[in-house]
Amino acid sequence: MSLLHLAIVSPLLLAIFIPFFYKYINRVHTGWFVLPLPILLFGYFLSFLPKTANQKTIMETLSWIPSLGINFTAKVDGLGLLFALLITGIGGLVVLYSIFYLAKDKEKLNTFYVYLLLFMGAMLGVVCSDNLIVLYAFWELTSFSSFLLIGYWYGRDKSRYGAQKSMLITVFGGLAMLGGIILLYIMTGTFSITEIISKSAGIFENPLFIPALLCILLGAFTKSAQFPFYIWLPDAMEAPTPVSAYLHSATMVKAGIYLVARFTPVFGESGLWFWLVGGVGLLTLIWGSVFAVKQTDLKGILAFSTVSQLGLIMSLLGVGAAALHFESLDDNIFTVAVTAAIFHLINHATFKGSLFMAAGIIDHETGTRDIRRLGGLMHIMPVTFTISIIGAFSMAGIPPFNGFLSKEMFFKAMVQVTKSDLFNLETVGILFPIIAWVASVFTFVYSMVLVFRTFTGKYQPEKLEQKPHEAPIGMLISPIILVALVIVFGLFPNLLSQSLISPAMSAILGSGEGFDVHISFWHGFNTELFMTIGVVALGFLLFKTTRKWTKLYGSLPEKLTLNRFYDQLVERAQTGAGKLTNTYMTGAIRSYLVYIFAFFIVILSVTLIWKNAFTVDTINRSPIGIYEIVLVLFIVVGSISILFAKSRMTSIILLGSVGYTVSLFYVLFRAPDLALTQLVIETISVALFLVCFYHLPKLRKHETRMRFRLTNAMISIGVGAIVAAIALSAHSSKQFQSISQYYVENTYEKAAGKNMVNVILVDFRGFDTLFEITVLAIASLGIYGLIKLRSNRGEKSEGK
Amino acid sequence: MEILMAVVIGILFMTATYLMLSRSLLRIIVGTGLLSHGAHLLILTMGGLKRGAAPILRDNVEQYTDPLPQALILTAIVISFGVTAFFLVLAYRSYQELGTDNVEEMRGSNHND
Repeated sequence: MSLLHLAIVSPLLLAIFIPFFYKYINRVHTGWFVLPLPILLFGYFLSFLPKTANQKTIMETLSWIPSLGINFTAKVDGLGLLFALLITGIGGLVVLYSIFYLAKDKEKLNTFYVYLLLFMGAMLGVVCSDNLIVLYAFWELTSFSSFLLIGYWYGRDKSRYGAQKSMLITVFGGLAMLGGIILLYIMTGTFSITEIISKSAGIFENPLFIPALLCILLGAFTKSAQFPFYIWLPDAMEAPTPVSAYLHSATMVKAGIYLVARFTPVFGESGLWFWLVGGVGLLTLIWGSVFAVKQTDLKGILAFSTVSQLGLIMSLLGVGAAALHFESLDDNIFTVAVTAAIFHLINHATFKGSLFMAAGIIDHETGTRDIRRLGGLMHIMPVTFTISIIGAFSMAGIPPFNGFLSKEMFFKAMVQVTKSDLFNLETVGILFPIIAWVASVFTFVYSMVLVFRTFTGKYQPEKLEQKPHEAPIGMLISPIILVALVIVFGLFPNLLSQSLISPAMSAILGSGEGFDVHISFWHGFNTELFMTIGVVALGFLLFKTTRKWTKLYGSLPEKLTLNRFYDQLVERAQTGAGKLTNTYMTGAIRSYLVYIFAFFIVILSVTLIWKNAFTVDTINRSPIGIYEIVLVLFIVVGSISILFAKSRMTSIILLGSVGYTVSLFYVLFRAPDLALTQLVIETISVALFLVCFYHLPKLRKHETRMRFRLTNAMISIGVGAIVAAIALSAHSSKQFQSISQYYVENTYEKAAGKNMVNVILVDFRGFDTLFEITVLAIASLGIYGLIKLRSNRGEKSEGK
Repeated sequence: MEILMAVVIGILFMTATYLMLSRSLLRIIVGTGLLSHGAHLLILTMGGLKRGAAPILRDNVEQYTDPLPQALILTAIVISFGVTAFFLVLAYRSYQELGTDNVEEMRGSNHND
């Protein structure tokens, strides 16, 4: 148990104590007890920076299930550290923000912080695990804690709906990912990511390669809200705003990004990976940005914006994977895509977090998040306005903020795709920059909508539930820190380049040496700059005319939306399963017996035919005498007449006659003990039947012959025929001699008895007899209980 | 003889199945009775119906019938008797409580399906 392990699980440990703080120290807001931990962790992870910057990797192993190769191996390299810093840093800010956001006396703070800490620990575990099974365990814990956090206000239907939706989708992806992990294990024989990467050279030809790739990507796409799995994210906005800021902008939705980045050295060389990650990323980017403009809810806009920005990062990772095709990674045109991906990932966490917090402040101070009711808040909330405008401009990619830089790099990477000759890109490649550019225009539009619809325009106090005013300073600290970072990273991007971006790139591209990353602010007049100018110009034009063209969104029929599809799927699955079950679960014993017998017939007859097993051998026979014929006639006539008996009395008597005939068979076949027992037992049984019959007086009134039913007849004939056939074949193919010679020889020598059957029953095989006695005892006790115990406490069901 | 017995056993199984698929509880129990007769005869037949002496040691006897299937059948007879007895009493009690012997009508209550 190293310090690193302790750091990873420390949020989980602290979560244990939170309820006690909440209960016994209720004068202080519980959040204050949580706050030191992420700050400490942030500092602790910062201390790794010098090591990872020199391409060192920190590995610590803790045995868990060594026999299965599952150990809690914590690994910190450039990529893991980047994420760990994001998680702890933004985590600290979010906790601080939530202290002021959630009221001490109105909310259940204990559950909130327990869930939040669970999530933080799980997320740290995901990014710092080298072992895939451990990673999967933490992965599911993030899904689970996210479910709890989305459903935090469980009294609201929408919260529960959103929580269920996110749970279903992310757990579906998680399970697919587990499948991918297992496939990887089959291919490489290890669960360790490091070893898988080192063994991934020949993995390419393996037939399991494509399924594993698809499974892993399914996990990444569901978690990171890629098309078409993004639908859970807008509904997850029912969570408290700190949760949306933390989980659904900075950390959890980046877990899929992390996964893709982590597995790039394994899968990255395949064209499928490039097309799937890049293509789905671009599709998500444009889809999310187009639909974000339609939203009227602040958090709705931010949710779709998150979706589209995640698509952007995803597409950059997909394009960046192409870098693995080149001998040298240094002067490679595709590495810029990876740089852009990491840089934008950091930037997105900063500006999206601040925007969510700003949205939360507006919600908190005005009581609404609907942009149709907001407006003119600029003078009332100047600080929030400043925060929002910096965040939104950075999101839109306007200088001097950091979003501008990553957008430039994004354009650069996309333009360079067209110049490459891999994967037939010279034809389709032109689509990449075009889609990227159109999506950026829409991004610009919704960023402007977000700020200017809220803060400028007409102030409508009559539509607001409370009189707005500037937020308390405590709530503003976190977003201020974040926008400060936005500006700092915008002006001095090279603070990040050697310390974070370069080590993360070597982790993603699996190279041993560092990259010389240099992000400069000014490239001169080149394609990317003109693209950006075009984005701003067209975006501004579109923003001015939003009123005119947003009506187009209404023309899409409701039936064709993905949400509708999901709801139908869930509903159909439930009703379909219900219908299916109702078709065969009729509640009637007869139908179940029909199924059982039908399967019995089908399985046995198919096996007989398939194995060609039906034989009749006439060698091993005993002769037939006149007595046997008479008895056979008796038994056949007796049993068949039962079917035609009108009264139950007749059938009981006939059953008795069959039983006595059977005992006569026993006499004939030299089984005296059996004959004796059968006679006695048959007598008692018939007596019991008669008792039973006698006490059912009303039955006599409507006694009828059994109705002939064709299915029943077919099934019973089938059963009879199959049993007869199997009896014949079994008898005709004797495999070896009986063991009864031993009993014959030893029944007197060893057991001192002459009656072999009795000696077998009590000496050679006495155990059977013991439990047969037990069966009788239980039956008699049961009967006694049935007759004696009458509980009238239960409702008597209405006798018809 | 074994072939004939196989046919007889088939007929017993057939009638038993037909009765078990009926709607009256009493007939179902009669069906189970027939089914156990069929099973017992099947065990006996499968053990071989070679003519030999009854399995009780005596002098000057070379060939005995196989004692093992008989022991098995004896066990099975007793067990099936216990089950049948219990089943009958259960039928009797359910008729008392439910007032019917028709299994189609035994549907359970609405909150218990």
